[in-house]
Amino acid sequence: MADRQSTPKSNLAPLSLHVPEPPSRPGDAPDFSHVEILKAGVTPRPAEDSDPAAMRDHAYGLVRVLDDDGAAVGPWAPKLDAETKRRMLKYMLRVRAFDDRMYRAQRQGKTSFYMKCTGEEAVAIPATMALDRDDMCFPSYRQQGILIARDYPLIDMINQIYSNSADPLKGRQLPIMYSSREHGFFSISGNLTTQYPQAVGYAMASAAKGDTRIAATWCGEGSTAEGDFHAALTFAAVYNAPIIFNIVNNQWAISSFSGFAGGERTTFAARGLGYGIAALRVDGNDALAVYAATRWAADRARTNKGPTLIEHFTYRSEGHSTSDDPSGYRAADEKTAWPLGDPIERLKAHLVASGEWDDDRHEALRTELSDEVKAAGKEAEKNGVLGHGLHQPFETMFEDVYADMPWHLREQMEQALAEKDAKWPK
Amino acid sequence: MAIELKMPALSPTMEEGTLAKWLVKEGDEVKSGDILAEIETDKATMEFEAVDEGTIAKILVAEGTDAVKVGTVIAMIAGEDEDASTVEAPKAAPAAPAPAAAAPVDVPGEGKDVGRAESEAEITKHDAPPAKPRPSDPAIPDGTKMVTTTVREALRDAMAEEMRGDDRVFVMGEEVAEYQGAYKVTQGLLEEFGPARVIDTPITEYGFAGLGTGAAMGGLRPIVEFMTFNFAMQAIDHIINSAAKTNYMSGGQMRCPIVFRGPNGAASRVGAQHSQNYGPWYASVPGLIVIAPYDAADAKGLLKAAIRSEDPVVFLENELMYGKSFDIPDLDDHVLPIGKARIVREGADVTLVSYSIGVGVALEAAEMLAGEGIDAEVIDLRTLRPLDTVTVLESLKKTNRVVVVEEGWPTCSIASEISAVCMEQGFDWLDAPVLRVTNEDVPLPYAANLEKLALVDAARVVAAARKVSYR
Repeated sequence: MADRQSTPKSNLAPLSLHVPEPPSRPGDAPDFSHVEILKAGVTPRPAEDSDPAAMRDHAYGLVRVLDDDGAAVGPWAPKLDAETKRRMLKYMLRVRAFDDRMYRAQRQGKTSFYMKCTGEEAVAIPATMALDRDDMCFPSYRQQGILIARDYPLIDMINQIYSNSADPLKGRQLPIMYSSREHGFFSISGNLTTQYPQAVGYAMASAAKGDTRIAATWCGEGSTAEGDFHAALTFAAVYNAPIIFNIVNNQWAISSFSGFAGGERTTFAARGLGYGIAALRVDGNDALAVYAATRWAADRARTNKGPTLIEHFTYRSEGHSTSDDPSGYRAADEKTAWPLGDPIERLKAHLVASGEWDDDRHEALRTELSDEVKAAGKEAEKNGVLGHGLHQPFETMFEDVYADMPWHLREQMEQALAEKDAKWPK
Repeated sequence: MAIELKMPALSPTMEEGTLAKWLVKEGDEVKSGDILAEIETDKATMEFEAVDEGTIAKILVAEGTDAVKVGTVIAMIAGEDEDASTVEAPKAAPAAPAPAAAAPVDVPGEGKDVGRAESEAEITKHDAPPAKPRPSDPAIPDGTKMVTTTVREALRDAMAEEMRGDDRVFVMGEEVAEYQGAYKVTQGLLEEFGPARVIDTPITEYGFAGLGTGAAMGGLRPIVEFMTFNFAMQAIDHIINSAAKTNYMSGGQMRCPIVFRGPNGAASRVGAQHSQNYGPWYASVPGLIVIAPYDAADAKGLLKAAIRSEDPVVFLENELMYGKSFDIPDLDDHVLPIGKARIVREGADVTLVSYSIGVGVALEAAEMLAGEGIDAEVIDLRTLRPLDTVTVLESLKKTNRVVVVEEGWPTCSIASEISAVCMEQGFDWLDAPVLRVTNEDVPLPYAANLEKLALVDAARVVAAARKVSYR
């Protein structure tokens, strides 16, 4: 570069800058040779009250329960009955059916934007099932499974996505940025990771009030680079907050691979160690492992033993959003080459292997869920879709800015209504 | 009913694209998920899938067509139980209505005020301030004892009283507990309320602003102390992007009752990074309440109101005012209305509008002006958002002259806002332009002589008042 020292002061070799580069790019064969996959069942399960220093290896290993034959093995295997596991599978299939239909609805112009969580269904759903129903969740934007697993009505999700006259958020949020206090689902923030310190604040408030509810929060591996992440871990460690931090390491932040968040140097779970926070690295495509890890962390938090950081190692099978085309920056077949497989297929194989499920029932369930989502979509469309003119009354624009509408907003609203009446007399 | 297939948008900003290829033809049966066409943009290619099953009845845009606008109907699908051959292409949208007759035009150089009579009514229709009930300070009962109190003690008393009355209220910030606050505003609180309600934090304004926001949404009533608002710049994301608008974006579900408080503005020789007034910054944000009191009674009464507010409040104090003493009414519960200015000195000739430490400058100037026979009225705005424009306009109506005094930069300031309000809503009462007396438009220098020259002072206010009085 132009300002480089022209006469070196010594005969040292020049410095060189490292810019991370993913193992494969479009046109290359996908390469996951750098990924080390531990066998299912080999990772020990420490007691929930373990000192984080005594379980450092868990930040670098991989908690896995489902083996290649679909058996649930090792000390982390949760003792769930078949009915619960079938319900887990059903929720995961429902999310996938929902994603497929909403993605196509965006392509049909019914909404401006959508984000699928394909391949990551096991991150949110088993975790939610391992939490108590009234624990508070502070999600990032690929955890629609939390709402699904808490039986939030599909039609309300679609109403929000279509920003129509029945949108519970009154047309004020981007599609998929759901919010439901009743379902313990905090408003999704478009500013990455702001939910992290807020979740710690919520957890500390819960502790201060002597409540029993804990908080759980999610962010992507890319946004662990945000200052929020580090502030949140500092506070959680200092005040021993009852919280579960989830890092969804799906390896891609839009087009930036995890190396741009520091993934070449260490694991994301290891971020917890520097703060003295218990850390687990989990096979994020293994629904039973995610369930077991979350349950461990929830029990730890609820008994005042402290926060836990869980890295869910997974893979973003599809584009970042409907605005993204991943064929421009990553190898085409990564999805199939990815060694931890598909979370739904793996849970299905486990249920089939244990004689609790079969292909016919699976297909029938898929059809049922697809029809259910279709029906909810049709019903939501009656309330309008993007640009069809069925939306919130426009004076609602002035509501909820403050608890009580201040006089200057009331004046603006009255003026706007008067102008409307003048232009379009009733 | 036939379904219209429209040119899809790959992203919210896409306006047009190329319909590269049709993968179906008229008469084809399609089902949900079938790929119908390929669309290209300058950035990417996407596959366009069917959402519903049916028969392709009409293809309206041929493959290879460039610059197809998003939303254009490109094909029709006959729904279940519908004959594809009877499906019609959609009719063109009705033409836009003709524009209304052109208003009279003011042609430069052709004489002034063409059409003024008509437009004037529209422009000045604010001439009567709204006759709605406005908040006003509660009357102080006769015989109430007045106690001399510093602003520092008044703020502490406000917090202590509210903490006694509501166990959801707590204070959090750097050095607020053992050290009793960097400026000793939280003096005695740790002793009375203990470390669970008076909480020392790690040194990250970003972290504890976010934490407080979450705690408020979790049902507590945090008071977040910033050692100074200069350090809150890293926290501004949580204040503006989360605290101020989460309630709105969540459709009214997630309320955030929190107070962010601390010293704001220039102190004395603390340099450019520690001497800034953030009043105008926060006052521009919908969803926030912004309070900047001057004296001890207002500091106490408004901080108590802020802690009780259901909305997030930015409460701007001033380091130089902490040690100043004022009389406070000795009442059990001295609470003042948010959003109400106070006339601190009545006058007839010129209105001096200010807030926070600037009120002292304005009062000093008013004394000097009295000696010259100019009777100045001084208004303390007290709340910067929502702004009490009615009190300002009523005073303007009386004096016909306004000077705004602000310890802060001139550009996009509260002074600018008051000036705009006077022009928009009080134009016909103005006998002179509104003048702004503010700090110099430079980072505040450290050196004592330069600092003094850069800050507002009474002499400059007097000069401005003379100017608008044409004296």
